[in-house]
Amino acid sequence: MNETVDVLIIGSGASGAAVAWSLAETRMKILCLEQGDWMKQADYPTNGRDWEARLYDDFATSPNRRARPTDYPINDDNSPIKVVNFNAVGGSTIMYTGHYPRLHPSDFRVRTLDGVADDWPIDYATLEPFFAENDRMTGVSGLAGDPAYPPKQPPMPPLALGKSGARFAHAMNRLGWHWWPSDTAVATTEYDGRAPCINLGHCTPACTQGAKASTDITYWPHAIRAGVELRTRCRVREITVNEHGMASGAIYYDADGAEQFQPAEVVIMACNGVGTPRLLLNSVSGRFPNGLANSSGLVGKNLMFHPYAQVFGYVEEPLDSNRGPPLCLWSMEFYETDPSRDFVRGYAFQFGRGIGPVTEAIFSDADGRLPWGVDHHRVFRRLVGRRIGLSAICEDLPEEHNRVTLDPVLKDGHGIPAPKIDYTLSRNSLRMMDHGIARAKDVLAAAGATNVGVHCPILNGGWHLLGTARMGTDPERSVVNEWGRCHDVKNLFIVDGSIFVTSGGVNPTCTIQALALYIADSMKQRLATLFD
Amino acid sequence: MQNDSEMDLSSAETRDLRCIAGMMIPASKEFDVPGADDAIIFADIVKSLGRDRRDVRDALRVLCDLAGGAFAELDVARREEVAASFRVRGGVAVATLSRVILQCYYRDDRVVRSLGLEPRAPFPKGHTLEQGDWSLLDPVRARPKMWRDAS
Repeated sequence: MNETVDVLIIGSGASGAAVAWSLAETRMKILCLEQGDWMKQADYPTNGRDWEARLYDDFATSPNRRARPTDYPINDDNSPIKVVNFNAVGGSTIMYTGHYPRLHPSDFRVRTLDGVADDWPIDYATLEPFFAENDRMTGVSGLAGDPAYPPKQPPMPPLALGKSGARFAHAMNRLGWHWWPSDTAVATTEYDGRAPCINLGHCTPACTQGAKASTDITYWPHAIRAGVELRTRCRVREITVNEHGMASGAIYYDADGAEQFQPAEVVIMACNGVGTPRLLLNSVSGRFPNGLANSSGLVGKNLMFHPYAQVFGYVEEPLDSNRGPPLCLWSMEFYETDPSRDFVRGYAFQFGRGIGPVTEAIFSDADGRLPWGVDHHRVFRRLVGRRIGLSAICEDLPEEHNRVTLDPVLKDGHGIPAPKIDYTLSRNSLRMMDHGIARAKDVLAAAGATNVGVHCPILNGGWHLLGTARMGTDPERSVVNEWGRCHDVKNLFIVDGSIFVTSGGVNPTCTIQALALYIADSMKQRLATLFD
Repeated sequence: MQNDSEMDLSSAETRDLRCIAGMMIPASKEFDVPGADDAIIFADIVKSLGRDRRDVRDALRVLCDLAGGAFAELDVARREEVAASFRVRGGVAVATLSRVILQCYYRDDRVVRSLGLEPRAPFPKGHTLEQGDWSLLDPVRARPKMWRDAS
């Protein structure tokens, strides 16, 4: 029998790490269960000549393809966008690019401003100190003064502009459109024991240099030094409840596959927008026959991904290709609602530097751009190193039919029912993507690119898993309250992307982590009355 | 017993794979590069099949079906016709076969050098990027605030 802990955190990724670190100062007994392993930088792809090939192997973005023992399968056949995640200490911050924008103030007030979806029960100002704290803990590079945001001060200077960035900058200035160096979770100077970026250029499938801020090297060393226990290779099957309807702990399988029970006074879920509803729906009891914390029926519903419209072309001059962090700039020119358009809300552009030779060959072969036979070499030399591209990351509005349920057949290696995704693109998203494609083509034309191609939506682009246990003040219309506590179970909290009310049109990790810090702070402020 | 994805390719499958690899990317005197059927590159392809072995084997079956027998034993003109049909047919298996050839070909030292690149892993040397001219931001800095007040 495991000893009862004060706080049990499930998942050690972006949000689990942040909440663990923040709560550590309370000196409560805190345990985090993580289904994955600690990663080793010496095992990361950029150590070897097969660095690009491993994106199709043990560092594939899809857990179904990667199929490590620490992964669980996901049935995403009924979705035009496939789920991306990673299961390890650090979670999907191991497998992300570190493009790190905040949500904007308007994102928290979409009903009030634009008459769609719902307002969040909190606002940008509430999160602002936690954004700043998270920037400091994560080590964010960027440049103050962006007119698209309220004032903020990233702690490190921005990533280099490079040839690709400069070409985009000139193009955007010609068009008179907004652009700015991205806030990025990549260290550009030595920072908190991390080495600065040396432009390995293959950031997404883990950073060998340790410059990218995955939480195994940011929050976790601090949390563990402060007394938090992190137990790896522990896959939670269900949250248990006691006779009072309170969470009593979790049943999990340990590294040897043995079933264990971990009792806890408080349970915090940090398993992402697919893993959290999966676990809640698997936690069925007489008191909660439809899954834990699901009296609203909204657990698993309102899944939001961010549909991506990617547009690219080729220029004559060799650019940066894979020789730097892949994303360097953003544009918020089309972020806010414009009544003259045929869609509401908007999107951000993120600008890419280019891709490596193997990836270029594979993509261009698949698109039919690269011939077989004697012309192969001549054509490839006009493509390699010359790709320039940008993506519109579109706000995905919540719709209940987009959802995570339990697959009736598919199970993980421990026999736990796997998640099933049902997702369709809305008319609003399709119109927004069309707009993004047209404007991206304008940018590429201004940048002197030709031979333009489009990938829309990006098939393997389900990086952002949001909305499946939404936050709100009305227990009939939300799963957690305005500080992350489940309406139905007063010692159960959710801190991951599940609680997003709307998605905004930017990458969510920065906001997920700020939310986790805010919820941890709310818990600390209420310790004496936490369950009232 | 080994399943389909674990078994080595048969000698007939290996001949067909090498043949289609060489047609996909032939050697070039103009660019001073070997073809994908070069002994070193092809050995890398075979060694690297891994979890793609089953799809590659499926693709080779398609190739045989289109050829009406062993692809490698066709005359050159007929092989060209079959290879063109094979590529047009597409699908997961054909895409996988193409990918395993490309990902080995474009990491061969001779090929990488011919592209003007260094044949090495990104770590530990990394790369150098131009810092860039941040005065390009001056017109953006001059813009009024773009974000909407929403408190």
